Amino acid sequence: MSSAEVAIEPRIHYLNVDYGIKSWLLTTDHKRIAWLYLMAITFFFTIGGVAATLMRLNLLEPQGLLLEPETYNKLFSIHGIIMVFFFLVPSIPAVLGNFLLPMMLGARDVAFPRLNLLSWYIFMTGGSLMVYAVVAGGVDTGWTFYTPLSSLYLNTHVMAAAGGVFIAGFSSILTGLNFVVTIHKMRAPGLTWFRLPLFVWSMYAASIIFIIGTPVVAISLALMGIERFFHVGIFDPALGGDPVLFQHLFWFYSHPAVYVMILPSMGVISELIPTFSKKKIFGYHFVAFSSIAIAAIGFLVWGHHMFVSGQSVYAGLVFSALSMAVAIPSAIKVFNWTATLYKGSISYEAPMLYALGFIGLFTIGGLTGLYLASMGLDQHVHDTYFVIAHFHYIMVGGAVMGYLGGIHYWWPKMTGRLYPDGWARVAAIIIFVGFNLTFFPQFILGYLGMPRRYAVYPAEFHTLNVVSTAGASILGLGYIIPLIYLAWSARYGPIAGPNPWKSTGLEWTTSSPPITHNFEETPVVTEEPYGYDRLAEGIPVA
Amino acid sequence: MGMIASRREYQLHNTQTAVYEQFDDRTQQHEASSLGMWIFLATEIMFFGAVFTSYTVYRNLYTTAFEIGSHHLNTPIGAINTAVLICSSLTMALAVHAAQTGKRKQLMAYLVSTMLLGCVFLFIKFVLEWIHDYKEGFAPGLHWTYAGPHTNQVAMFFCFYFILTGIHATHMIVGEGIMVVLLYMAWKGRFSAERYNPIEMFGLYWHFVDIIWIFLFPLLYLLGAHF
Repeated sequence: MSSAEVAIEPRIHYLNVDYGIKSWLLTTDHKRIAWLYLMAITFFFTIGGVAATLMRLNLLEPQGLLLEPETYNKLFSIHGIIMVFFFLVPSIPAVLGNFLLPMMLGARDVAFPRLNLLSWYIFMTGGSLMVYAVVAGGVDTGWTFYTPLSSLYLNTHVMAAAGGVFIAGFSSILTGLNFVVTIHKMRAPGLTWFRLPLFVWSMYAASIIFIIGTPVVAISLALMGIERFFHVGIFDPALGGDPVLFQHLFWFYSHPAVYVMILPSMGVISELIPTFSKKKIFGYHFVAFSSIAIAAIGFLVWGHHMFVSGQSVYAGLVFSALSMAVAIPSAIKVFNWTATLYKGSISYEAPMLYALGFIGLFTIGGLTGLYLASMGLDQHVHDTYFVIAHFHYIMVGGAVMGYLGGIHYWWPKMTGRLYPDGWARVAAIIIFVGFNLTFFPQFILGYLGMPRRYAVYPAEFHTLNVVSTAGASILGLGYIIPLIYLAWSARYGPIAGPNPWKSTGLEWTTSSPPITHNFEETPVVTEEPYGYDRLAEGIPVA
Repeated sequence: MGMIASRREYQLHNTQTAVYEQFDDRTQQHEASSLGMWIFLATEIMFFGAVFTSYTVYRNLYTTAFEIGSHHLNTPIGAINTAVLICSSLTMALAVHAAQTGKRKQLMAYLVSTMLLGCVFLFIKFVLEWIHDYKEGFAPGLHWTYAGPHTNQVAMFFCFYFILTGIHATHMIVGEGIMVVLLYMAWKGRFSAERYNPIEMFGLYWHFVDIIWIFLFPLLYLLGAHF
C-alpha cells in the first residue's frame, strides 16, 4: 500500500521544482535557460517567417503584388537579419546545446551557469533593439550592412539594427566560451574525448567559431556605426576609406557563421542516424574531426563572397580552392551517415524523417556550393536567386531540419511527454515537400538570371515564381503544425518514460524530465558512444 | 578544526570551502575559470584585432598622412602614461601574489595602488590628451579644424586614434569597476591562500589591457616620429 502511494506521488524534476515567472527569469539551470531561448527563438522565427511570407506573396506578380519597393527592401533586410542572427545562429547551440551539453557530459550544469543566464539577457537586449528597429520603421541595408550604403546613404534605423546584432553577438561569445570550458573541464569520469557524443563535437566546433569570429563582426558593425554617427571616413571611399575592407571584416565572421548554422545541425543528425538505424555510427573519428576541419577551413574561405568585389584574381583563386576544400569534410559526414544507414534496421520516426530530409537537402545545398566556389560560374550567378536557393538549402534545409529533428528527438527528454507521431511525420513530409517546391525553382530562376533583392521581375520568370510562392505556403503550413501539437503535447501528451527511442546516449540514462542537477549521482562512462551493436546482441542498455 | 572566533573568521572559513554546486572540487573550479578567462581574452584579441588590422591597412596606404597625425599626438605624455600603466601591472601582479599568500592587508594596499595608477592613466588620457585634442580641432565628426595637407586621411588617423584609445579606456573603466568590487570582497575577508581565484583572473584581465596599450603606444605615437 505504502509503496503504491510512493509510486503515484508526483516526481520533482527541473520543470516543477519551482514555480512562478521569477523562478524562470532568474534560473541558472541550463535546462530552463534552454526553454527561455526556445521561447525567444520561436518568436524571432515567427517575425522572420512573416517577412518571408510577405516577400513571396509580393513576388506572385512580376510587377509586385502588394508592396512598395522600399517596403520590400525592409522586409528582406528584416528577414535576413532576424533569421541569421536571432534564429539560425543561436537556435541549436542555445536551445539544444544548452539543454543537452551538460547531460551528455554527465555534468550537473555548464561551467558558468550565471554567465549562461546573462547571455540570454544579452540576447534579449539585442533582440529587443532589433524589434524596436522593425517597429520604428525597419531597416533596408540587407543583412550584410554593406558600407557605404549602410553608413552614408540610408535613412532608416540602421543603428538600432546593427546595435541589436552587436549586442546579441556577445551572447554568442559567452555561450561559446561556456561550452568550450564545460566540454574541457566538466566531463564525467571515463568520458574521454573519443567517447563524446558527436553532438558535443559539433558544439565544440561551433563554439570555436563563436569565440574567434563573433568579436570581429561585432567590432566591424561598431566601426560602421561610428562612421555613420560621426560621418568620419573608415569605409567611405570619398574620404579615402575602403568599402571592401568592411566586406573582408564582415565575411571573416559571417562565412564561418554559416558553419555555426550547419555544424550543430550535423551534430544532431549524427545522433539521429545511429539511433533510428540501431547501428553504431560509421567512422566516429572521421565524423568528429570533420567538424573541427569544417570550423578550421571555414575561417579561410570568406573571400568567395567577394569574387566580384574587385579583389585580386590570385586572392580569388586561393579562396576558390579553399572553399572547395570545405566539401571534403562535409562529404565525409554524408558518406559516414550513409554508411551508417547501410544494413541498419531503420525506423521512420519523425526525427528520422527530418534527418533523412537533412541529408538530401544538405547534399543539394553542398553541391551547389561548389558551383558558387568556382569563380567563373560565380560571376554568372552572383547575387541571383541561385545564391538564394543555395544558402537556403544549407541554412534552412540544413539548419532548420536539424533543429526540428533535434527538437522532436529530445522533446520527450525536455518535457517527459510524447507527441502524436502521425502528425509529426506528416509535418516533416510537408516541410520537406514545401521546402523543395519553394527553393528548387529558385536555382533555375537564378541560373536564368533573376537577381536577388528586387521587388519586381521580368514576366518570363512568372511561372517559376508562382511555383515558389505556392511551395512557401506549404512550407509555412508545415511550420505551423508542429507548433500546435508540440504545445498540446507539453501539457497533455502521453508520458514518455526516460528512454522512448531506446538510445544509448548518456542523457537518456536519467529520468525524463531530468532533476535539476541532471543525475542522481555522477555517471561513470565505460563504453564508446553509440553502442547499438550491443542492443542487437540483446544486451540491455542502461 | 579550532574555534571560530569572529564573524570575519566565520566568513573566511565558509568561503574557503565554497565550491559552486556545478563543480566537484576546487581544482576543477579553478581550472574552469582559468580556461574561461583565457578564452575570453582570446575573444578580446579578435575584437581589437579587427581595428588593429584596419588601422594597419590604412597606415600602409596613407603613410605620410598618418605620420602627420602622429606628430600631433603628445608623445612624452603618452610615454609617461605607458610607464604609469606598466607600474599598475606591477602592483596588480603583487596584489595577486599577496592574495595567493593570504596577506589581506597587502592585497588591499596593492589593489588600491592599482586603482589609483589606473585613475592617473585615465586622467592623463581624458584631460591632458583627449580634451586637448578636441580643443585643437582633432576630433573628426565633432570638431575638426585641421586644414593642412591630406585632411581626410589625417582625420582617418584621428578616427582610429579615438576608437582604439577609446575602447582601451572603456576596458580600463570596466576594470576599475571590477576592482571596487574586489576591494570590497577583500575587505570583507572573502579571499584566502586557498581562495584567490577572482583576484588571479582579474590580474589576467588587467595585464591584457596593459598589453593592448603596449601595442597601441608605438602604433599610434611612435611609428614615423622624429625627435
